[in-house]
Amino acid sequence: MTVKATSKLRRDNGLLLDIRNLKVQAVVYSPSEKPREVTIVDGVSLQLKRGKVLGLIGESGAGKSTVGLSPMGYGRGGVRITGGEVFLNGRDILKGGVRELRRVRGSEVCYVAQSAAAAFNPAHRLMEQVVEAALLHGVGTRAEAEKRAQALFTKLRLPDPKSIGCRYPHQVSGGQLQRVMTAMALCSEPDLIVFDEPTTALDVTTQIDVLAAIKDAIRDTGVAALYITHDLAVVAQVSDEIMVLRDGKMVEHGETRQIIEAPRMDYTKALVSVRSIEHEEKEPTPKPLLSVRNVTAAYGGGAVKVLQDVSVEVHPGQTLAVVGESGSGKSTLARVITGLLPPIAGNITFAGRPLAPKLPHRSKDDLRELQMIYQMADVAMNPRQTVRTIVGRPLEFYFGMRGRERDARVAELLDEIEMGKGFIDRYPAELSGGQKQRVCIARALAARPKLIICDEVTSALDPLVADGILKLLLRLQKIEDVALLFITHDLATVKAIADSIAVMYRGEVVRYGSKTQVLTPPFDAYTDLLLSSAPEMEVGWLEHAIHGRRMESAGN
Amino acid sequence: MNRVLVNSPLLKLIAERVALGIVLLFAVSVLIFAGTQILPGDVAQSILGQTATPEAVANLRRDLGLNDPAFVRYFHWLGGVLTGDLGTALTSRQEITTTLMPRLWNTLFLAFWAAVVSVPLAIILGLLAVRYRNGPVDKAISGFALASTSLPEFFIGYLLVLFLAVRLQWFPSISTVYDGMPFLEKLKAIVLPGTALVFVVLAHMMRMTRAAILNVMQSAYIETAELKGLSAFDIIRKHALPNAVAPIINVVMLNLAYLVVGVVVVEVIFVYPGMGQYLVDHVVKRDVPVVQAVGLIFAAVYIGLNIVADVAAIVANPRLRHPK
Repeated sequence: MTVKATSKLRRDNGLLLDIRNLKVQAVVYSPSEKPREVTIVDGVSLQLKRGKVLGLIGESGAGKSTVGLSPMGYGRGGVRITGGEVFLNGRDILKGGVRELRRVRGSEVCYVAQSAAAAFNPAHRLMEQVVEAALLHGVGTRAEAEKRAQALFTKLRLPDPKSIGCRYPHQVSGGQLQRVMTAMALCSEPDLIVFDEPTTALDVTTQIDVLAAIKDAIRDTGVAALYITHDLAVVAQVSDEIMVLRDGKMVEHGETRQIIEAPRMDYTKALVSVRSIEHEEKEPTPKPLLSVRNVTAAYGGGAVKVLQDVSVEVHPGQTLAVVGESGSGKSTLARVITGLLPPIAGNITFAGRPLAPKLPHRSKDDLRELQMIYQMADVAMNPRQTVRTIVGRPLEFYFGMRGRERDARVAELLDEIEMGKGFIDRYPAELSGGQKQRVCIARALAARPKLIICDEVTSALDPLVADGILKLLLRLQKIEDVALLFITHDLATVKAIADSIAVMYRGEVVRYGSKTQVLTPPFDAYTDLLLSSAPEMEVGWLEHAIHGRRMESAGN
Repeated sequence: MNRVLVNSPLLKLIAERVALGIVLLFAVSVLIFAGTQILPGDVAQSILGQTATPEAVANLRRDLGLNDPAFVRYFHWLGGVLTGDLGTALTSRQEITTTLMPRLWNTLFLAFWAAVVSVPLAIILGLLAVRYRNGPVDKAISGFALASTSLPEFFIGYLLVLFLAVRLQWFPSISTVYDGMPFLEKLKAIVLPGTALVFVVLAHMMRMTRAAILNVMQSAYIETAELKGLSAFDIIRKHALPNAVAPIINVVMLNLAYLVVGVVVVEVIFVYPGMGQYLVDHVVKRDVPVVQAVGLIFAAVYIGLNIVADVAAIVANPRLRHPK
């Protein structure tokens, strides 16, 4: 009897996955040191019954993906499973060797990756890839597999379920690809699916659809799942149980409701209560610092309009949050304000004087008083410069500081970003993600700006780290009296820091005003969709939100 | 602009590349012509020898049209080329086209068989090197490839002659081919020069194949394939190779062009009656029309193969083949 057939027979009797005392290690090669062994996962045990969903949650580096991949016997890069046992359908898959593992992968256990756009092969049609594992493991003939794939496409509410398989990955949107990938995982009728942050890369309004589709598919097919994410609000919607991981060790494991409503460990409590920043909204001043009036901008010499008649104001020492999905034009607005993309209509005034549309025509003071911080802190810094050079550069450029005077100011700035002394001679590669972003903040502050444009500065960071960055920005805003234009797609961030809010949709500002005005009903259809799509840490939120929606999401 | 062309980015791109190639070819023809004009020496003088009277030289110059302005001679030459007339060799007084065609076929014959052996071999070796990367198989393939490129082709040629022709006497050391020669005889005659050429181009293509595929192996979709349970070789063949096609085609075409235009040394070693021999002979004799003709053909082959490479790389890209 084949493995597949035995597993079908065992479908009803309980335990599917039993990981005992898992230990995963990797050899790290750093340039200055000898290769050394680091332990990524240490002594994690978990059990999963058939048809149940376990959420694995933690920050980056917690080992959640590594644990998630262990039922497939897979280690990314140089990662190796060095200890423990992984029982799947009653046998230890780590004992069987490579051939046995290949029989498990794509057959008993399937995988849904974070970025389906990258995880699909651009050279093959979707259907070819969806049925590949099913054919490889002999689950059925090609005709049967394709029929099942089409049924799954329908179940996952994909448009054109009959013909979408004939398309290539680049012809399908990100949210649709994520659902096709879920169909691909379900197509070989596995016992277990590993979802590795399947909605993290999606817009919030798309995420809710994909999440609902995944949840329904899990329920209807009776497959078990490991759901990996750093977003507790998301995992609360789909899982029966949650395991919290930190630094490769288990922190807490329990029923979903218990974890989010009555967490026992301090770390879990911190995760649950993240984004509880108290920020008092300030009244707009009579004289705005920056005012953008009726700006229209386009790429390709006017061919593609990305901003339509946009007007917003930023007041001194206050925060304007610009919120919207990818493609809404919020980053383009930043490019127009900084002069990287001259608008085709409209004008911008800054500190009482008109700003030249083109960057080369702007004065040094214009440049100095308007600074930027970016989403990807590590690519916004020269990897071959130390923190001293990076933060010292604007001091030299704008103020002509040299030597000891400059170093003293750099040290002061590092104090302000809570990075004390030990960091001044480090290279960016020797800093954590949050520390890198702090150095970028220090670099922006070094110019003594009146306005800092923050483009998704917390999006690439773990929730707790992002929280720290937001608190820092708010504190610095008080000390330095700097205004912030905060571009984000994350509503929780907006609520935490904004004084006024501009909601953007397809290049236009659809709602604009003080925080209270914007967040108080009645809402326009898009703001309603946006607000209702942001996951809340509450069991049953998903169903409630899906039913209450007035507008279909745009980019799914 | 034509609507159909605008609507199909693929056709537009291909048309652009082909047009660019033709423009380039004309530019090269100007360069070749100009280059041969500034070569030192006088053709009439060298035909007639040092003892000729100045009147005889002047007469010959007039007969050959050497007194016309350069651009007149260029267009005269270009007009001839476009109608298949490459001119007359100054030294032998023969039509260049009739002498050159059989030699061009010989060169293409040699290049074709060298390509038939080397291209699949290089790609298979590249795939094997990736499959067993960093292991002994990979190291052996890489070492062999590196050694064969480091050795100059004349050295490889003489080694082949020494062992396979002189010692073992399996193949002739001189590759004589003539019209009406039986096909198998012909093949046997070109085994040694062909092998030398294979050695020269193999390593470059194989290493590029390996590098291009290894680059693709970092992609997330390779992990997807691994997690489907595919075998290592299937992953390389089905998921990595199709995405590495463009750079591989490029390097293959570059080497095919080399098989045609870079054969001079090998042809001289094996006294093979191809284009390279012909070119060398006439450079020595300062026979400008022949040098121009051969130069132009080499340029055409080079540019033509590069266009093919560009077009193939465009067609291999599903984003261009199947726009949104």
